[in-house]
Amino acid sequence: MAWRLRLAPEKTNIDFFRHQWLTFGGSMALMIVAFIAWGVMGLNYGIDFKGGTTIRTESVNAVDVAGYRAALERLPLGDVAITEVFDTNFAPDQHVAQIRIAALEQTDAVSPETITQVQEALKAVDPQITFTAIDSVGPKVSGELVWSSVMAVAATSVGILLYIWLRFEWQMAVGAVLALLHDVFITIGIWAVFQLKFDLTIVAALLTILGYSINDTVVVFDRLRENLAKYKTMPLRDVMNLSVNETLSRTLMTSITTLIAVGSMLVFGGDVIRGFAFAIFMGVLLGTYSSVYVAKNLVLFIGLDRSEKPKGGKGAADHEFANIDA
Amino acid sequence: MPHTPLWKRILIWGVVLIGIAFAAPNLFYGRVEQHNDARDAAEKAGFTTAEQQAQIDLWPDWLPSGLVNLGLDLRGGAHLLAEVQVQDVYKTRMDSLWPEVRDSLRTLRDQVGAVRRQPSPDGTLKVAIENPAGLEAAVQAVKALASPVVSLTGAGQNDLEVTVEGNDIVIQLSEAEKVATDNRTMAQSLEIIRRRVDEAGTREPTILRQGTDRILIEVPGIGSAAELKELIGTTAKLTFNPVVRRTSNQSEDPGPRNRLLPAMNEQGVYYVIEDAPVVSGDDLIDSQPTFDQNSRPAVSFRFNTTGARAFGDYTAQNIGAPFAIVLDNEVISAPTIQSHIPGGSGQITGNFTVDEANQLAVLLRAGALPAKMNFLEERTIGPELGADSIAAGSKAAVIAMIAVSVFMIAAYGLFGVFATTALAINMALIFGVLSAIGGTLTLPGIAGIVLTIGMAVDANVLVYERIREELRQAKSPMRAIELGYERAFSAIFDANVTTLITAGVLFFIGAGPVRGFAVTLAVGIFTSVFTALYVTRAIMEIWMRWRQPKTIVV
Repeated sequence: MAWRLRLAPEKTNIDFFRHQWLTFGGSMALMIVAFIAWGVMGLNYGIDFKGGTTIRTESVNAVDVAGYRAALERLPLGDVAITEVFDTNFAPDQHVAQIRIAALEQTDAVSPETITQVQEALKAVDPQITFTAIDSVGPKVSGELVWSSVMAVAATSVGILLYIWLRFEWQMAVGAVLALLHDVFITIGIWAVFQLKFDLTIVAALLTILGYSINDTVVVFDRLRENLAKYKTMPLRDVMNLSVNETLSRTLMTSITTLIAVGSMLVFGGDVIRGFAFAIFMGVLLGTYSSVYVAKNLVLFIGLDRSEKPKGGKGAADHEFANIDA
Repeated sequence: MPHTPLWKRILIWGVVLIGIAFAAPNLFYGRVEQHNDARDAAEKAGFTTAEQQAQIDLWPDWLPSGLVNLGLDLRGGAHLLAEVQVQDVYKTRMDSLWPEVRDSLRTLRDQVGAVRRQPSPDGTLKVAIENPAGLEAAVQAVKALASPVVSLTGAGQNDLEVTVEGNDIVIQLSEAEKVATDNRTMAQSLEIIRRRVDEAGTREPTILRQGTDRILIEVPGIGSAAELKELIGTTAKLTFNPVVRRTSNQSEDPGPRNRLLPAMNEQGVYYVIEDAPVVSGDDLIDSQPTFDQNSRPAVSFRFNTTGARAFGDYTAQNIGAPFAIVLDNEVISAPTIQSHIPGGSGQITGNFTVDEANQLAVLLRAGALPAKMNFLEERTIGPELGADSIAAGSKAAVIAMIAVSVFMIAAYGLFGVFATTALAINMALIFGVLSAIGGTLTLPGIAGIVLTIGMAVDANVLVYERIREELRQAKSPMRAIELGYERAFSAIFDANVTTLITAGVLFFIGAGPVRGFAVTLAVGIFTSVFTALYVTRAIMEIWMRWRQPKTIVV
């Protein structure tokens, strides 16, 4: 027998429901904490959602945050936040800063004069400074972007709900989608607690998390469906445990390969994409956890109708699409 | 194991080879790009210079030369989201309608009495008549000015909506006409922006209408959004207006519906002109730099039929009166009409240099934007930042690829090697497909590819774990592999369809880079299912045939 890296023993018999109050309750508590954090601390919205301007500067001279701030304070600007950016990919003499200026007034358009003034003020502090990226978003668009993001998460959830409903049973669809929302809300909570910048790419990451997390859940459910047909009299709880145990090895393998890939993006992908990579990294961790501990707990709570359904009769309707051996 | 039929194997390897062929140009990005640019330039010009030939020779013509488009965030460039003030046009329409209304009511003078224009909100025209008894006749006369709406949805409706408010007649555009007008305004704005951006000679600009009144403009390789705005915003609004009087008092009150404008070339000279133009630049069909009879640079122009008629009528009726040629709120010149000018062509003279005449002709040809634009969003990405992002992204992808491969081989041995080979083919296919469909690679798109590297092996993991399970039940290797693929399929299918749903939503709501991510993700789903299910199996069959193993270890 050749050596193989094993993440899980060949056959496991873990009772995933043993600590269900701890795990499921913990999940619920975390969700509540996430909601509170979101409500109380709010999200650190990027200019995509708040309107305003970000300017990325680069210079061979070290970033003089105090000097930049002093230079900008003389200008009639709204809130200004200056942060120095560090990244492993930077050359030793590459100093990058990110300057964020809140939207000035309730105008739709962005004032190019302001940007020019800011650039000139900064050039006075550091003549070597260059402006590698400038983003301006007017408040009108930013409001719409918030709305379209909420719609996107909702539309994806509904789409997934419908698909799982078609292919499985409605209880599973509900369980899967609630587990997804669990992942999304906890991720948002993390962003609120640590006040990480929340912009459009984070929404893209949240949607990706939905996609990944459902991927994981579907594999468990697929096995559950198979086992439900195989062990008709086994209690639901035991069939679920069996299914999770049987797919455990796969779940761990896939999560780890994905984490390796996303982790590499996080470390080596550069600072521009770091927030995105971090969101997906967290989402993969949460998604794995939720497919093992949250989704099927919900299904167990709701219960499944396992009564023998007459073939082709009225009761078979719910399995109609599940019978397609796609 | 029943072998896959020959035609299927040919198909599988054929797809792989074609994919690799389409992906290959991206390895020589710079060369292929030069080749493509030179070829296009030569084609456009109709001849090939030696330099161009050298560049064309950098890449053989018979090889695919499609490249993955690099998004703005990777190439550098500017992005603008503009909102067109479509309502501006309603106002212009109403202002130019006023003289028509006045003239038609004038013929009913004995019934309606004096006619006055009342102050009213932009986009509406309010007319007071002296004699309320003539209201009905006046309304009928105004309604006669309306014409049917020219659009599919608005068919059967008139363009004007006439209502009565007290003793005033209120005229505005009907809803159907507003929609039709908005569409025309947007089409015209798009066309003008496209021409102006093209004139700057940039590569592959994206100019798209978004929603009812927005235009998205993305131009790679341009220095900044401000530069792009300047390029687009250079208006050349040309109108021909009746002159009321000439003055040197710059604070003179021009009176209602008149405007005081400075002369372009004469210091301290101002003209009071009528606000409503006789003809506007919209009716211009051509303009060329030329010389006048004194051999000074001038610009000649030609109107379309509508413009020619209006211009002809006006000149016929106003011989001896001055009229003003107004460009961007400055009076270029105010010649006196010598004679009736039929045919609709004429000449603008002024103290132009040759260059100025040239530029003016170009601006007039490009036309004026029909309405003002507000810029809602502007982004500039420097080319160095883009290059840094590409470097960091590809580094991350390579490291992810190596790490995942090592991990897969450690977990599944030889079968891990198969999966890794399939993963490499998968990467080539993603690039091949993106090149073939002209997809755009963005920084989140690179992240999508890296994510695919992690998730692509999932299908293989599912299959391999199944094979292990089947082997445990003492099935023969052949049978175990067959069942592994068969039984894992429904999970793979469901899992990927749900991810595809997400990619679909991302595509429809996302703009720019996020959209690029969605495309890459979707392409990655298809290629990874293909490689994980078909390519690994094809490799496995070759190996099984060659080694004929009695037992296998997955």
